Amino acid sequence: MNTLIATASADNGVNVEALLGARQALSEAPEAAQFKWRASCEWIRGTRARTHIDSFFGLGEEQRRKQVHHVETDHPEIFAAEDHGATPVEIVLSGLAGCLTAGIAAVAQNRNIQLHSVKATLEAGMDLQGILGIDGDVRNGFDGVKVTYAIDANASREEIEALVAQSQKRSAVFDIITNPTDVSVVVA
Amino acid sequence: MAACGANADVRRPVRGIDVVIIGAGHNGLAMSHCLAALGIDHVVLERGEVANAWRRERWDSLHLLTPNWLSRLPGYRYNGDDPDGYMSREEVVAFIASYARASLAPVLTGTTVTRLQTEGTGYRVSTDRGDWCCRAVVIASGAFNQPVVPRLAADLPAGIAQLTPFSYRNPSQIEDGGVLVVGASATGLQLADELQRAGRAVTLAVGEHVRIPRVYRGRDIQWWMHAAGLLDQRHDALPNGPDDLARARAVASPQLVGSRERPIVDLNVLGAEGVRIVGRLAGVRDGKALFSGSLRNVCALADLKMHRLLTTLDDWAAACGYADGLTPGERFEATHIAFSPATSLNLEREGIRTVIWATGFRPDYGWLAIPVLDRKGGIRHHGGVVDAPGLYVMGLPFLRRRKSSFIHGAEDDARELAAHLVGHLQAQSRRYRERMAL
Repeated sequence: MNTLIATASADNGVNVEALLGARQALSEAPEAAQFKWRASCEWIRGTRARTHIDSFFGLGEEQRRKQVHHVETDHPEIFAAEDHGATPVEIVLSGLAGCLTAGIAAVAQNRNIQLHSVKATLEAGMDLQGILGIDGDVRNGFDGVKVTYAIDANASREEIEALVAQSQKRSAVFDIITNPTDVSVVVA
Repeated sequence: MAACGANADVRRPVRGIDVVIIGAGHNGLAMSHCLAALGIDHVVLERGEVANAWRRERWDSLHLLTPNWLSRLPGYRYNGDDPDGYMSREEVVAFIASYARASLAPVLTGTTVTRLQTEGTGYRVSTDRGDWCCRAVVIASGAFNQPVVPRLAADLPAGIAQLTPFSYRNPSQIEDGGVLVVGASATGLQLADELQRAGRAVTLAVGEHVRIPRVYRGRDIQWWMHAAGLLDQRHDALPNGPDDLARARAVASPQLVGSRERPIVDLNVLGAEGVRIVGRLAGVRDGKALFSGSLRNVCALADLKMHRLLTTLDDWAAACGYADGLTPGERFEATHIAFSPATSLNLEREGIRTVIWATGFRPDYGWLAIPVLDRKGGIRHHGGVVDAPGLYVMGLPFLRRRKSSFIHGAEDDARELAAHLVGHLQAQSRRYRERMAL
């Protein structure tokens, strides 16, 4: 590691001052830290559906983003579907990858580590005997998720491993996937 | 000189004194010693006997995690014939009790504090044996008064016995078969080791933890921490200020065992003994314990942190040219994780009849009627000086220094806080005299 470069200011495009400011403000006003994330989804046909993501609640008020985001989900042709979008479980993987990668950038910025490239590949195992109801002992979901990061940065291997570990420690999606969550699904 | 108001309850005996110390453990006694040396009139109130928690609230096999040579209190030090050993529970009791006798501490045993409130410019300490009015109070009632048990304990099936480190004594209490030990800091690690060796089938649920070796390069890890000055790091001198301090105060006790053979006991050793290592207990549903999938990461974090510490120690030894009897630096194997660690276990099917909550401890401030607690129930203080004039606290993790919760950590804290306390009494007397002179 070149210490001259490391002591220069890293710029990963993360506004750490703003994040640390928010952290300070929210620790003094915990009620403003209560957020509600939302999505709405509409069935199109077959296994195809479109999810709209627009408003959320946070900092004590309704928040609206610059534009509505859409995520289209479907299934591949071997499921007798038309493959108009990623499979929902793949969207879960993209959520995990996006969350961990954002965390790596933020932690690196906070530790003054310049990132050059961050690439993740993800693989999740699943036994379809679960969702097809063939074997009641097999769970529906993943039997494991493997994330492999290739990171080029001005840092030692240990520092990079520490970035990746810290990012998991503070990741919402990592927590959502690794720990149980109470889910209620009702008919309006 | 005590500040007793006119509204004193006439039915209860009320005594006046300058300072009341709550708790006759090593912290309260260290403070008593320092106040006596400064000529300050005080009393030490103790709910049970001297070193009560060590007598009644610890399991049988517990030994100190610090070697005997490190055990010292103001005006007193270990002088036995095993400086490199670790005191047993009974030896700690004897050590503290003999300190109380040697320093002639004014201890009132069998006196339980039921309420502490302000009164006038001082305090009223109510006990089950009358009240005390005083100008200053030192809370030395300990950091480990109650075992912390998570809410999900209520979700366990009714037939499963639940123990805490306060109710656990030894393996003979535990039904044959499976035991789930929740928590892998010093307590959980030690109980898992002891129970597995006693023939129980132990599952250990592991969340964030601190892994350090008992011995490094031929020396006890506490020698390193002590010699390199890490234990003397002050609360007001950490690189990232309050953030670092909050984190350091929340750190659980490291995975250590105090045993003369100085074995390294870590998750790899427990795994080799046959303990099943699983993730943090995250929930209980339909008789199934659910474990977090974060096991690999909490172990990676602990491995990385341990190696950063060892690098710091190596650098220190190299910088000061220390080589006396040191073996070469080494790095320990990464924590092994099973190919696919269990994320759920059917407790009945696995024969798990007992759950032991090694999920931490907290102080009990149920008697504290002064608004000095934060929203999480911790006491607000700056290095032991509480946010109420004349009120002090001792013995909490990293109170003033990293060693504050160790037995040998009481000395520096007691001296400094005693000096602060005397300053408070003198300033109060000065103000009083000035008012009278007007």
